[in-house]
Amino acid sequence: MSDTGLAYEIWIGLEVHVQLLTESKLFCGCSTRFGAPPNTQTCPVCIGMPGVLPVMNRRAVELALRAALALNCQIARLTKWDRKQYYYPDLPKGYQISQYDLPIGLDGHLEIEDPKGRFPRKQIRIQRVHLEEDAGKSMHDEKAGLADSRIDLNRAGTPLLEIVSRPDIRSPEEAKAYLEELKLLMWYLGVSDCNMQEGSLRVDANVNIQISTPDGPVATPIVEVKNMNSFRAVERAMAYEVQRQYEEYLRTGRKKGDPGVHKTTWLWDDGAEITRPMRSKEESSDYRYFPDPDLAPVVFTEEEIESARQALGELPASLRRRLQTDWGLPAYDAEVLVGQGQPFVDYFLQTAQSCGDPKLASNWMQQDVLRLLNERGITIQQYPVSAEELARLLSKVRQGGLTTSRAREVLARMVADGCSMEAAIQALGITEVDESELLALCEQLVRENPKTVAEVRQGKLKAIGALVGQAKKKNPNVDPARVQQSCLKLIQESGQ
Amino acid sequence: MTDLLEHTAAELLELLNSGQVRAVELVQACLDQIARWDGLVGAFLQVGAEAALAQAAQIDRRRQVGEPVGPLAGLPVAIKDNLCTLNVPTTCASRMLADFRPPYDATVVQRLKQADAILLGRTNMDEFAMGGSTETSAFQKTRNPWDFERIPGGSSGGSAACVAARMTPLSVGTDTGGSIRQPAALCGVVGLKPTYGRVSRYGLVAFASSLDQIGPLARTVEDAALLLEVLAGHDPKDSTSVPRPVPPYSKTVGEKLQGLRIGVVPEHYTEGLDEEVAQAVQEAVRVYRSLGATIREVHLPHSKYAVAAYYIIAPSEASSNLARYDGVHFGYRTPEQAMRAQLEAEEALLRRTGNQTALEELDTPLVRMFRQTRSEGFGAEVKRRIMLGTYALSAGYYEAYYLKALKVRRLIRQDFDQAFQEVDVILGPVTPSPAFRLGEKIDDPLAMYLFDLYTVVTNLAGICGVSIPCGFSRLGLPIGLHLQAPAFEEDRLLRAAAMFQQATDWRRRPPLEKLVARRP
Ligand SMILES: [Zn+2]
Repeated sequence: MSDTGLAYEIWIGLEVHVQLLTESKLFCGCSTRFGAPPNTQTCPVCIGMPGVLPVMNRRAVELALRAALALNCQIARLTKWDRKQYYYPDLPKGYQISQYDLPIGLDGHLEIEDPKGRFPRKQIRIQRVHLEEDAGKSMHDEKAGLADSRIDLNRAGTPLLEIVSRPDIRSPEEAKAYLEELKLLMWYLGVSDCNMQEGSLRVDANVNIQISTPDGPVATPIVEVKNMNSFRAVERAMAYEVQRQYEEYLRTGRKKGDPGVHKTTWLWDDGAEITRPMRSKEESSDYRYFPDPDLAPVVFTEEEIESARQALGELPASLRRRLQTDWGLPAYDAEVLVGQGQPFVDYFLQTAQSCGDPKLASNWMQQDVLRLLNERGITIQQYPVSAEELARLLSKVRQGGLTTSRAREVLARMVADGCSMEAAIQALGITEVDESELLALCEQLVRENPKTVAEVRQGKLKAIGALVGQAKKKNPNVDPARVQQSCLKLIQESGQ
Repeated sequence: MTDLLEHTAAELLELLNSGQVRAVELVQACLDQIARWDGLVGAFLQVGAEAALAQAAQIDRRRQVGEPVGPLAGLPVAIKDNLCTLNVPTTCASRMLADFRPPYDATVVQRLKQADAILLGRTNMDEFAMGGSTETSAFQKTRNPWDFERIPGGSSGGSAACVAARMTPLSVGTDTGGSIRQPAALCGVVGLKPTYGRVSRYGLVAFASSLDQIGPLARTVEDAALLLEVLAGHDPKDSTSVPRPVPPYSKTVGEKLQGLRIGVVPEHYTEGLDEEVAQAVQEAVRVYRSLGATIREVHLPHSKYAVAAYYIIAPSEASSNLARYDGVHFGYRTPEQAMRAQLEAEEALLRRTGNQTALEELDTPLVRMFRQTRSEGFGAEVKRRIMLGTYALSAGYYEAYYLKALKVRRLIRQDFDQAFQEVDVILGPVTPSPAFRLGEKIDDPLAMYLFDLYTVVTNLAGICGVSIPCGFSRLGLPIGLHLQAPAFEEDRLLRAAAMFQQATDWRRRPPLEKLVARRP
């Protein structure tokens, strides 16, 4: 695994924060909408004014329960709120309301796989899933002086779900796959849109490596990496950090558990593509957690948990398996279709069912349909052609009534005009060419192009293309394959 | 005019409703009494004379034209200065909040406004309600209307003193470990701490969230019932307020309880209890027996740990609740330029002397701002409790202190549950002695804390309790009788207290004029 010969195994655990898709904040009625002018989505409660009290947003707890169930967690029958205490200007109360020793979900797992086959299908264990409120946003430059500090509390109190994995991730690719699967799952559940640009998904990583040395296995000190702003950044940061730790070990021999060796925090610098250590002063201290006396514990009954489980719906992993086993799609197709979300899959299933050819439907959806969605920035629900209509078009293609290229033109017209398949065919002047008409055309071509015919006879089969080209000019509705077939037959027959 | 101020709130309400007295007259009489005496007593931090008179005039007009008015229409009420009131300075008697004007009303303030009570002014208190003498106020001392050299009790000292001194018939206080009942006892008025969850805490600047309750102070039990009825009730803004209907306390308060079973606690009568207080309480037991009540001994074996548990739990919560006063978002902030100049000077000195370690340890401007703001904004007692609480919640100490204190709290609750199987109310002293002298305990925090030993249990158990006058010491200082009832049995508590009040004559006027004459 390395140039100097020592093999090592990578251990990565990820801490992911996702913003829940609630209308309002976790403990007050303020909106959670992104992008409002600073401090316009605040009230006495979320800015921590003296005397205010939090009131729990039931919807946030329901979403958290949903996520914890989908991640196969054990659900706490009783969970409570704790105060995590530290001083920071963007934390107006001086504490964050979080869940410490009784998180909503414990001991779950998420299955990941790689359609490109770089790693086998595997389960990443989830240590815990808990709810907490977000802090505000500091634009803070201490050196420039306090007068230059600015704080936006629009985010303060926004509900976040923290999902902590066990260190089961063995490569940067697995880290990326885990994040993508988690994001997809949260999206399917309606728990979060996981938009990293808007800060609704944030990732920190704990990483070290287990090196096989001649004296036995050795673990490097654990490093927490922060400030990774995209999945790609996570992948690159992990690759960099692993190599850095390996080299540091070769240089210093420092390992986990040595006296004076602690977990340290490093920041990923996306521009320089390196990690840098954080000043030790900025690192965490004693948070003095204790139960928040302003909030009652949350109790889940068996019935509540069961009905939440029933309401989960089909999740991406199961959907992918079903597309492969029941609909015969290759893993890659299943991955792409499921990756587009439940409504896209529903559209596919309807089309496949109606036209009777799942693979054909899958091809068309991945190419023609998806291309248009991306071009226009619309969802499948806004796509102008219904699944039923697309299925009729594909059926016609299957039965040979339309060539693929002409069918593409038809679909483009259906999209542009919002019309039926028949109207599009008519508008494009497409009529079916019958056998005698085609034969007459081919006979004419063979007659008029003795030079080409001679070349074909000499074995240059490619020359037949010239005849096909002419045929299409004379009558755009002819099927090129049939023209080619027919002309070859005529040439062979005339040569005997 | 003095006669008018001798009336109870219930009587005044009748006079107002029948048109015999106008709200403006009543408010003016209170303002005159304040003007005359508060320079000495120091009960009020702020009096809103103009607004009070304007509101009174408006209520008089509404009454005249027969418009409906609220249940306390025209009655002046003083508010402890830790209850947020829209656009009115709410200081908690702390430098930290000297200029804080809340952008909202506490739920109780909203209820009082809806009841057409007249918010007369803001009363002095111990800083952030931490103290038992009102001496930790950053702004002024409050004197006991029965002896100006003595404390009025605390932390709701101003609320008790202003009712005792006839400046207002009613006031609102808060009680975390006795802060309503103890000053009520020491000032000779009635003070009730409702069950935890009975009154919304929304807008009460938190001291110890699991113990704080808001309650009434008045000169009679009936008046306390009248005010409690307005204050109480479920509030969706406070998750710890309980959705139970509010009984009509003021209607039932006069009804005698048949077959009342009263518990007395032998553990109350230990060596720390003043002889005169013990006698007054024994006399009260005799009064109840003469009223047909049966007296039984009950035991509260874990009460002896109550003060210790209280002074872990309350400071722990306080250390967290007061973390928000860091100079960033609201309240006091240390003067920044001076702070920066100082910091730069320190840095320059360390550079000159080449003290690299100290240089690395030097505060960032942000940390220095936090540190200095809190050092300057809080008084000694508040800082003491923040340190106690921070220590108790620290890693490695949490189990030994905070968790253990919670266990004690559960045991105290169980003691009460058991006792209330056998008795309806528990009777005892409110304080170990009558009011002590100003300055007597201010440098002895432990003595000050031990003064709370009879009252903190009520808050730890989450039940209700009331203090009513039950006698005077030889020096003429009021003595309070403590009654406690199970959770949400305020109706029973008030009726039991009213029985005693009707049978005795301890409702007296403090000798303000004589005290002035006696002053050197
Ligand atoms: Zn808010």
